[in-house]
Amino acid sequence: MLREQVVVSATTPSGSVRSHTVNEFLTFRLGNEEYGIEILKVQEIRGYDSITQIANAPSFIKGVVNLRGVIVPIVDMRIKFGLSDADYNQFTVVIILNVASRVMGIVVDGVSDVISLDAEQMRPAPGLGPVIDTEYIMGLGTVDERMLILIDIEKLMGSSDMGLLDNSLN
Amino acid sequence: MSTDLEQFYEIFFEESSELLADMETCLLRLDVNSPDLEDLNAIFRAAHSIKGGAGTFGFTDMTETTHMLETLLDKLRKGELEVRSEMVDAFLKAGDVIKEQLAGHRGEGQADPAAAAAICEELKRLSDEVLVPPAIEIPIINTKTEIIPVENEVAVDEIRPVSMDDSSKLTYCIQFSNDGMSNATIENLFANLKQLGIVENNTPKNEKELCKLKLTTSNSEEDIWETLAFVVDPANLKIEVDSSDSAEVNVTETRISDATHANVESLVEEDVCATTPMPPAPGYGFFPGAPAAPKDIDDSEFNLNSPQQQSVGSNKNELQATSNKPSSKANTTTPANEASSIRVSVEKVDQMINLVGELVITQAMLAQTASQFDPVVFEKLHSGMNQLERNTRDLQESVMSIRMMPISFVFSRYPRVVRDLASKLNKRVELKTVGENTELDKSLIEKIADPLTHLVRNSLDHGIETPERRIAAGKVAQGTITLRAFHQGGSIVIEVSDDGAGLNRGKILAKARERGLPVHDGMTDQEVWLLIFEAGFSTAEAVTDVSGRGVGMDVVKRNIQSMGGRIDIESVFGVGTRISIRLPLTLAILDGLSVAVGDQMFIVPLNYITESLQPSAADIKTVSGHGRVVQVRGEYLPVIALHEVFNLRPNVTAVHEGILVILEAEGYKAALFVDDLVGQHQVVIKSLESNYRRVQGVSGATIMGDGKVALILDTAALVLSSKQEFV
Repeated sequence: MLREQVVVSATTPSGSVRSHTVNEFLTFRLGNEEYGIEILKVQEIRGYDSITQIANAPSFIKGVVNLRGVIVPIVDMRIKFGLSDADYNQFTVVIILNVASRVMGIVVDGVSDVISLDAEQMRPAPGLGPVIDTEYIMGLGTVDERMLILIDIEKLMGSSDMGLLDNSLN
Repeated sequence: MSTDLEQFYEIFFEESSELLADMETCLLRLDVNSPDLEDLNAIFRAAHSIKGGAGTFGFTDMTETTHMLETLLDKLRKGELEVRSEMVDAFLKAGDVIKEQLAGHRGEGQADPAAAAAICEELKRLSDEVLVPPAIEIPIINTKTEIIPVENEVAVDEIRPVSMDDSSKLTYCIQFSNDGMSNATIENLFANLKQLGIVENNTPKNEKELCKLKLTTSNSEEDIWETLAFVVDPANLKIEVDSSDSAEVNVTETRISDATHANVESLVEEDVCATTPMPPAPGYGFFPGAPAAPKDIDDSEFNLNSPQQQSVGSNKNELQATSNKPSSKANTTTPANEASSIRVSVEKVDQMINLVGELVITQAMLAQTASQFDPVVFEKLHSGMNQLERNTRDLQESVMSIRMMPISFVFSRYPRVVRDLASKLNKRVELKTVGENTELDKSLIEKIADPLTHLVRNSLDHGIETPERRIAAGKVAQGTITLRAFHQGGSIVIEVSDDGAGLNRGKILAKARERGLPVHDGMTDQEVWLLIFEAGFSTAEAVTDVSGRGVGMDVVKRNIQSMGGRIDIESVFGVGTRISIRLPLTLAILDGLSVAVGDQMFIVPLNYITESLQPSAADIKTVSGHGRVVQVRGEYLPVIALHEVFNLRPNVTAVHEGILVILEAEGYKAALFVDDLVGQHQVVIKSLESNYRRVQGVSGATIMGDGKVALILDTAALVLSSKQEFV
């Protein structure tokens, strides 16, 4: 089961989802939209704390925090996805991720729950033209009347336009 | 058995490396004119141990080389041959070959069999020289050469010469289980034993698993143990003094009689055991008619008495005796040092250091919280916090000290470098080391070795003149290179100084002009000396295989800077040069000044700060409208506004309202403009790159007492960037 999921995330090309696998996703809100990321990539969830800014970093990189002695960079997904209001209130949380053998955090508007999706509930993302980069979207999930945007978080965080990794810059 | 052995490979490799290093140290210490027997023995033991280990693991190439080494060494320590510098060279070379072979077995590179064969040949030649009349072979005329031929006769007659007094010979019964041993191993073992003395195989024909040998030798039981312990499982090994041999001196007889007593009645044996450690006199009492044995022999016998008797006495005691053996052996080969240390992997230590770092931070956080409580009401809490603080500090210090190693680990390799190079360049050089016990972090020890080697080679090649030139200059023919290490403040200083020619200012300037570097005659000496660290800079007239290509000094400088260190040169033409390297004690902790800009906190490494000041408005000038400079004691320094570099919103924008921190890096100065100074801290350096990428102007991060992250400024980069703006 566990291995299967890893295989899926590693081999599934963006936009298509292999059938007969059930994946668990952590869902969170960004503005009015609901997103999901693979639960196995999540290390922990914590409140939004004081952050040390990093000089000359892109605006969506809020800075770094001390996570029990480890320096962890924090990305604000709302700024990254260009959502208008990115205010910090008591619901603002940081999801600490373990991707590409690194630890990093993303700021979101709130965490909803963990849901399981089987293949029928997952649809490939439609081509949205040049408006949105669908490269990092694994697909769209439907639970009852809700629509989940499933993000390939590993690919997103490792991408060069995030500028989180040294090698992606070159 | 072979599969079981593999788990011991690593131990063997490590031990062999250490033994080789020991051997080299002893060799270099060895005075050719009056060799210390103890040193020779130590070298022999090292070679012997390596050979034994290599034999066990089936590394035949190593066995062969060490065997040749051992043969020659054995003759030397028995005084059959005179030590000559030629031999020391051969030994050193053999050591190198064995090192290569060892690396080969480790899977790092490939040993050159031709080199091994060549060195074996040379060692063999050296040890065979004894056959030729020594009058021709050994031109050095002293009284000892006269004696040698006599002993040489013996050497020719017998294959294994035993030059010691016959009366000290003993016959031992050796019994061990050869279960699982190959024929080759047993043959090898026999060959080894034959070196010790006369071997007689008493193994019954129908006996498959038990080997019984009789060995008559002048060597102690310890030597036999050493020979066997590598091959035979000590639990199955039994060495006894042969009781049937009657032609022995009285000390042996004492023991034999003890043994017989013991066999008859174990109670008696107990008593005899109790009396053995006593001085010889009562022992002789048993045999009043026996002649007195030479003092030194019975001393050595007495040391061995107790375990031997136990092994003779009963099987129960035998176990104890065998378990005693290895420890006593370890004690004789290396004094005290080894017994009181353990091998721990570096990762474990690093993990511990990390955890302690966390503990320190947590403690600081707790202390900050506790300080808000009323000291009267919460008296106990406060005293507890004080104690916690003290304990954490002690713990941190002792954990850090685990990683600390004396610099002698690095220094010890240079006698060899200097020796080899000096003979190659026909120079006479003495290497002095001062402060070998100065400790610094292990990771720094590893990193400093290469740059330091380069500096030593440089001193030797460029610094020290040839003896003729030295004499012409009125100096002693022998040059001196001094390696010195000492602590100064929070850093360690390592100096390489020589009493050679010194740097030639004119030559360096001319060369710099030739290479198109921006130089002028008004440069200070210090600035001129720094030119030699430029890439591709060399003043050597000819390129040799030692130096002259101009690569190196720039690498040295870069390496030292990457360690957070600094390098300085002092030189007087014709008198000498001193290069000093200043390094932080450890890479994990840094002394820093915390400065505030807006709501952010930054750490400036303390070793770059020369001073901090609040300038008056009149001292601040602008250059061509924008670039600001500040006048500090007649010097104009560029002002780097940290909030501009990092795009922050500062609390103060006028320079004279804030603080200027004067930084000095790589010979350049600049003034860093910040809002305020906060305090001085020792901070634990954390990598920013482990989860993020490199950030311009920042060398790392740390966690402050309140749990927040503060960035550590890359001072050198900041200063250099200011230089680019203004030049």
